[in-house]
Amino acid sequence: MQILSNINILIEAPVFNLALLIEGLLIGSVFALAAYGLALVWGVMNVKNLAQGDFVIMGGYIAWYLGEHGIHPLFGVPVAFLILWCFGWLIYRTIIYRVIDKDLFTSLLATFGIALVISQLLNLLFSSDTQTADAGFESWFFFDGMVSIAQVKLIAFVCAALLAAGVITFMKNSRMGQAIRATAQDARAAKVLGIDTDKVYCFTFSLNAAICGAAGALIAMIWVIQPFYGITFSIRSFVIVTAAGFGNLPGVIAAGLGMGVLEQFGGFILGATFQQAIVVGLLVLVLVVRQMQQSRHRQVVQ
Amino acid sequence: MRHFTKWTLATVASVALVAASSNANAACEELVLGSAISLTGKYSTNGIHAQNGYEFAMKKINDAGGVKVGDKCYKLKVTYYDDESTPARGAQLAERLINQDKVQFMLGPYSSGLTKAIAPVTEKYKIPMVEAVGASRSLFNKGYKYMFAVLSTSEQYLASAIAAAAEIAKSQGREPSSIKIAMAFENDPFSLDVRAGVVEDAKKYAMKIVIDDKLPRDLSDMSATLTKVKALKPDLLMISGHSKGAATAARQIGEMKISVPMIALTHCEAANVTGKFPAAAEGFLCPTQWAETLTYKDPLFGSAANYNKEVKAALPAYKDKTIPYQMAQATAAVYVFSDALTRAGSLDRKKVRDALAATDMPTFYGHVKFHEAGNNIAKPMVLRQIQDGKYVVVAPSKYASHKIAWPRMAK
Amino acid sequence: MAVATTDKDGAPEQGSGISISLGSLLLHGGILVAGIAAPLIWPAYTIQLSVLWLMIVFALTWDILGGQMGYNSLGNIFFFGAGMYVSAVVQIGLYHPVGEYTDSAGQGFYAFTEAQYFTGLAAGIAAAAVLSSLFAIIFGRIVFGLRGPYFAIGTLGVAIAAGELIGAWDWVGGGSGISMPPFPGDPDIGKYFFYAQNFLLAISVFIFCKWLYSTRFGLALNAIRDDEEKAEGMGIHTLRYKMVAWSIAAFFLGISGAIFGNMTGFIEPLEVAFPTVTFGIFMVLMVLLGGKGTIWGPIVGAVIFHVIKEVTWTYLLGWQWVALGALIVIIVVYFQEGVVGWLMRKKPEWFGIRVERKDDTPAEAAE
Repeated sequence: MQILSNINILIEAPVFNLALLIEGLLIGSVFALAAYGLALVWGVMNVKNLAQGDFVIMGGYIAWYLGEHGIHPLFGVPVAFLILWCFGWLIYRTIIYRVIDKDLFTSLLATFGIALVISQLLNLLFSSDTQTADAGFESWFFFDGMVSIAQVKLIAFVCAALLAAGVITFMKNSRMGQAIRATAQDARAAKVLGIDTDKVYCFTFSLNAAICGAAGALIAMIWVIQPFYGITFSIRSFVIVTAAGFGNLPGVIAAGLGMGVLEQFGGFILGATFQQAIVVGLLVLVLVVRQMQQSRHRQVVQ
Repeated sequence: MRHFTKWTLATVASVALVAASSNANAACEELVLGSAISLTGKYSTNGIHAQNGYEFAMKKINDAGGVKVGDKCYKLKVTYYDDESTPARGAQLAERLINQDKVQFMLGPYSSGLTKAIAPVTEKYKIPMVEAVGASRSLFNKGYKYMFAVLSTSEQYLASAIAAAAEIAKSQGREPSSIKIAMAFENDPFSLDVRAGVVEDAKKYAMKIVIDDKLPRDLSDMSATLTKVKALKPDLLMISGHSKGAATAARQIGEMKISVPMIALTHCEAANVTGKFPAAAEGFLCPTQWAETLTYKDPLFGSAANYNKEVKAALPAYKDKTIPYQMAQATAAVYVFSDALTRAGSLDRKKVRDALAATDMPTFYGHVKFHEAGNNIAKPMVLRQIQDGKYVVVAPSKYASHKIAWPRMAK
Repeated sequence: MAVATTDKDGAPEQGSGISISLGSLLLHGGILVAGIAAPLIWPAYTIQLSVLWLMIVFALTWDILGGQMGYNSLGNIFFFGAGMYVSAVVQIGLYHPVGEYTDSAGQGFYAFTEAQYFTGLAAGIAAAAVLSSLFAIIFGRIVFGLRGPYFAIGTLGVAIAAGELIGAWDWVGGGSGISMPPFPGDPDIGKYFFYAQNFLLAISVFIFCKWLYSTRFGLALNAIRDDEEKAEGMGIHTLRYKMVAWSIAAFFLGISGAIFGNMTGFIEPLEVAFPTVTFGIFMVLMVLLGGKGTIWGPIVGAVIFHVIKEVTWTYLLGWQWVALGALIVIIVVYFQEGVVGWLMRKKPEWFGIRVERKDDTPAEAAE
């Protein structure tokens, strides 16, 4: 069986474990970034944003567009952050503010609609060619070329880490961050205490879009993008956030990294065919396990 | 968003232009063909290549006086629908074209999967269809009588790459059976059929397949598979996954410095790998249905090279790219259709079908002569290699202009 | 949700009125006649009309859980795909080896006689229905402990995973899909044949749902929607009700999958059988558009949605997805209660709901 011989490779040449691990962590950092944004809007505003992946792809196209016009795509990260911030603000002011406080499907479907519009507009604007923003970096090779680290992936990892650290510090220390956390805990109480929750929601949603945009700019540099790729990133984000629990921000980052690693090992051992099935399979598993814990908990309470 | 308005305006303007020009010479009647093609979704890159090919052919034919059928003349026009790259939609749209738009003749969609969904429909209504971009062999074992394909079937795509690998092994004093093959094929009808051809050929030489990964259709990352390639050091790496697969593979092969001496992948031209990943793509072997350097000729389009030149002049989007063969064969499909209509001398579907079946003509795209099952048997696949950023024909030897460079000289 | 409660208060009264009003007789009869006559009057539109009935089946079956029971599944498409594949395997497997039939390298030509085709189809549809409901019971055990968004995402996960796994399974053709046995005989008759199946299925689902919602079972579903804990406290075995309800939906979806697979002629896992992001989400959307938790809502929603989709796909080529996406946003954001919900609020008497009009009653659900 191929599976057994694949496992055998990993045992006999442990260096490939390292290769997969590094690759997985580097990719996972970008997943974690997009998922972090989702966890924010989900946790704070109870909006399940299915357009998450399309924000990512939008950011990707911004970086690519800059690259095509002679500007280094790394600048795409802040530019995409800013543009998507404004875009997120616009979407919030026109659409999202009406779906907060509504039931689950309202936000899910409204953002699904937004996702369709974005992906098709990107297709009309930039054609459906698969694109990549060429950042022009080399790779480093270790262990006789067996382990390769693309510099651009490491840069992406660092960017993601800086961005995440920045956001977390902001949430901890700034006035707005405190307001956001207060609103997430109890929106009504926050309102009573004089927090303008509408402003908080608007800020949170824009921040999420901006984070996605930055993640997308990184994706465009380390992978390839296409207008219709968004949905896979949305699903990934949902898997990560659901697996970690949306109140648990450090958990989201850990789950994002874990997912990157899991995809790599799964693809290596079982074959790329199952790379996506593993992810969703894991999601279902996590949900079921959590459910069993809960029901045990319920029985104990009874 | 300002940019966006500009685009919209440009689109509106160009639509208006097209409308104006088609009204300009209305001496001939209009003959409407139908086609459901992927304008959105996974296959839209190549769907649009094919659509451009159709449009280019029609413009050329119409400018040359249209199609003579009996004593009448017709201008060709195509009604398109977007099949969203999904077979279920494609089948419904074929029904719609036939039943509502009363289309009498059809041009094929992009990809084997879509063709597989549409062919049963055209077949049951006895609508002649010439398809240009559905190469899976499973299309030609269903006994279809009204479907014709101008292209070579998919098992031939990588056959010459395997033959070349065997030859090289022999010249180095190794047995061909010592060759290890790694395969990564997308999980879709076309690529799986290419894969089936590779498996058969590998068996013939008793080569060993060490990796056999099927890539999910949404996958944008192949690094797990490529890490396996590093571990197992195959002599030949084969990849097929439409444009997206080719782009992803080229990018990551460069990034991870995969040093396999021979790498063959499909859709190099459509994905523009030489433009986007020039360093990594050096030395790739790319099977193609058509190459602009081949010596095919016909009265309308002239030589293959002339077709190449005219397309680049007419469509600025292709100026810096190698014309993908998907586009050339779409053009050839329309050309064959118009020729068959003339030969049939009537718009009777049965007569047109018979005329299509009797086709035996040279085109800029290669000779076209249909097998009973509908596939073109008069034209070979050629294998090109990217050498110094240019595509050069390296196999089969009859058409080869360059020797195959081995091992691949990745920069 | 305020609308749904008024509706529920009215529903039993509506059921208890045994005398069928002239209006409702005309309405039902009219739809029946229209359903039979439409493909004869507009033969060219038969396939689109077939798909319309299919959409109605989607919407009605989704509403059993989503509207009546309050469990928003995003994975109902799983049963559609499962039914499609079960029926394909049965239809082929009865007469030919499935693995060889689906082999992408296979050069063999496999013919079906007329008798084989129809026996196979009947057996396939039956098997699809039975196995799909069985799957519902199996998966129900796993996912019904999940609540709210977790249920939606869990079911979505099941559907996506199913598509990926079928795609990896060579015996059923994997990503190459399966070309279904072709309909023997005249294509125009074939068209009506599948139309009739879709039509009958939609009518059966409608009658069944109507009956179901008038029984104690229907009330129990509503009780679960309104407060599951309390329903359990009242002695309703909620898990059993949930499983039965889901397997009913799965039963009909399985059949619809089998029919659709044969109608399309070519099936493959990701785009035809388990299209989670198109059909899977459209189901929900249609119900929302029409009005959740009503019997007519899903139907109205399906009709409006299908017409809009066909029209934009014809006249707005290139912009069709933009139009659809914008439409979805508008529906969801500005038209929360759905067409039927809105009508119900404006004209409750049309639905046999007696409202003691206090001045503030209609205004309550306005925003």
